[in-house]
Amino acid sequence: MKSKVTALAISAALVAPSAFAQEMTIVSWGGSYSKSQQLAYHEPYTAKTGITIINDDSSAEAVAKIRAMNEAGNVTWDVVDVVASDAMRLCDEGLAEELDHDAVLAAAPDGTSATEDFGDLIVSDCFVPQIVYSTTFGYRTDMVGDTPPSSICDVFDLEKYPGKRSLQKRPIDNMEWALYCDGVAKEDIYDVLGTPEGVERGLAKLDTIKDSVVWWTAGAETPQLLADGEVVMGSTFNGRLFSAIAEQGQPIGMLWDMQSFDLDGWIIPAGLSDERKQRALEYLFFATDTQRLADQAKYISYGPARKSSAPLVGKHASLGIDMAPHMPTDPANAGNVHIYDYEWWADNRDDLDAKFQAWLAK
Amino acid sequence: MAALTPISRKPMSLVLPTIAAAGGFLGIFVGASNGSTLMGLVIGAVVVAALGLFFIGVLKNEQLSKWISIVLVAVAGFVLGGIPGFILGAIFGWFFHWFTYWLYEGRYRARLLPYLTPGQVLWHYSFLVICGAIFVFLITPILVVMPLSFNAQDFFTFTPEMLRFDPEGYSLKHYRDFFTNNEWQRSFKNSLLIAPIATVISVSLGTLAAIGLSQSHVPGRRAIMAILISPMIVPLIISATGMFFFYSDIGNWLEGTLGLPKTFVGYVKVVLAHAVLGIPFVIITVTATLVGFDRSLTRAAANMGANPVTTFFRVQMPLILPGVISGGLFAFITSFDEVVVVLFIGSASQKTLPWQMFTGLREQISPTILAVATILVVISIALLTTVELLRRRSERLRGMSPS
Repeated sequence: MKSKVTALAISAALVAPSAFAQEMTIVSWGGSYSKSQQLAYHEPYTAKTGITIINDDSSAEAVAKIRAMNEAGNVTWDVVDVVASDAMRLCDEGLAEELDHDAVLAAAPDGTSATEDFGDLIVSDCFVPQIVYSTTFGYRTDMVGDTPPSSICDVFDLEKYPGKRSLQKRPIDNMEWALYCDGVAKEDIYDVLGTPEGVERGLAKLDTIKDSVVWWTAGAETPQLLADGEVVMGSTFNGRLFSAIAEQGQPIGMLWDMQSFDLDGWIIPAGLSDERKQRALEYLFFATDTQRLADQAKYISYGPARKSSAPLVGKHASLGIDMAPHMPTDPANAGNVHIYDYEWWADNRDDLDAKFQAWLAK
Repeated sequence: MAALTPISRKPMSLVLPTIAAAGGFLGIFVGASNGSTLMGLVIGAVVVAALGLFFIGVLKNEQLSKWISIVLVAVAGFVLGGIPGFILGAIFGWFFHWFTYWLYEGRYRARLLPYLTPGQVLWHYSFLVICGAIFVFLITPILVVMPLSFNAQDFFTFTPEMLRFDPEGYSLKHYRDFFTNNEWQRSFKNSLLIAPIATVISVSLGTLAAIGLSQSHVPGRRAIMAILISPMIVPLIISATGMFFFYSDIGNWLEGTLGLPKTFVGYVKVVLAHAVLGIPFVIITVTATLVGFDRSLTRAAANMGANPVTTFFRVQMPLILPGVISGGLFAFITSFDEVVVVLFIGSASQKTLPWQMFTGLREQISPTILAVATILVVISIALLTTVELLRRRSERLRGMSPS
């Protein structure tokens, strides 16, 4: 009896102060991307509500961790930043909350509803789009001679641009680029890739540069390799290249041809208590309104997902340069764009991953 | 040390090939960084052999040839690699000169026993070189980190400015980032909170277990010992997976039934998990010191009226303290360095320093990690020095000579 009373007294003493300091855990990708969210979303939100936000840079293993947490009945995350394909997987498995976008998100300042403002970027019922980013190439300006690469196929041209190149260690994008440079028309890429011969053809094209490829898994690797001059060119997320070029002053140029568009956004994991879910929704309402999305573009060169945010994109917060020309969505950069097909990859990912890994090991 | 063996000059047929080999070896590195490894090898061997021949055969003046060697190679280094090349060149030049005369005059034989065969002499020096190489391989990765942490850029790269020793290339900004960035500060505080508490728990429980298991009348001692040590043997990732589900249930119960706050429960889980990982180290070190502990001392204490608790703290504990302390150090380092278990069990509010370094390395290759590594190395050296000084002091006070 006595021990029970003591336990209650201790717990009361511990609960009391914690009632004032509310915390929520937001999961994201880390690095300069998390920093931009910190400055554009988290800090204003904490100032407004007094809720402390803790960053967990675990988005890379979000799907596996949410599964494990769900199984253990102990979901410690409140809002999670994931790429669209992960959001679709989590939604299909019932691990993310389905949302009624018009009811939980802010309308645009002119009254346009959220669903219309985001348009077809809402690729899943669980997904609140945040940014459009692209996987594209950067090259060392001092290592390519007088004619910098201007076409994606220059990546496969070892005679014109000898030296190492870094590519992401996965079939997505690489297979499409390989087929495109092997002469497949852009609109036929997924039809060709759907056949066993098409896969062979893509891998055969990659084979021509295999000995010169450094494979990367983390977005920070290509900027580091370029800064070291270990590779002539390499693919990575466009925001990383922007920060290496504009903020670090590295001799790197952008190759936007056939950049691969992708989406990144928020989900709320399933299984939160009503109180925590409510708090997560309030955060999302705040962090995805028109002004906040435009604010984020002050810190990193990713395009805001709302149409209404685009005109509000201004200058870089500390460098004072115009951000619009560095956005993957800028007309000058988006002349030839590769739209990555979620549905197709959702169906074929496992199969192609296996073939790609087998090819890598050869 | 005085010379053990009288020395005599050696023939050029021994000296020249040896110094040429050494020159060729260093030439490989110079050549590799300037385009052609083979050229470096050949040029290095020829240049060093020619210099040796010139010094010994023509100049015959050790002091003069020393300075000629230093200046010549330093200038060559400057031409190839600027100021760093100049410094390295001067060192190489000094080394070649010293090496040449060391061989030629037979000085290498002076400090060895007179009856050693040439094979044994060769082995003696090969052994020293191997030891030196092992030392270099252990230390270099740590030393390389330190200058890089002062990089003015956000990359793990020696920039041209850094190599020119230009102050522009250096900056303290990564240290500033560590001390002002909330995430780094939070994880640093978490590590400083979790590791000591986990250490105290492991040391108390581990010492008790070791003392209990050292009693001969405990049944199944070996089996119990094996179970207690298992966290050290089972692969960490497996323990971590099991712990994740185990502590999730405990955490849910603490939060749900007792109503404890989430953050507090999170700390409890991580501290307990780290304590479990630390216990085997304490058990092993304390068991080892208990082997040398004289049991008749406890009987003597009991004979003089001390109860078991007094006996433990006044008689046994001071004698096994070295084992307890080194076990405690291991337990502390286990918790302070641990990344797998905390990734599984902790949530972001329990993020520790290794966790932050791990994600930092994966998501953003930031030299802040190197700055933190440098700080940790400095702290470790300071801690070990303090412990060593305290140990010597206490031995001096107890009238023993420091060993």
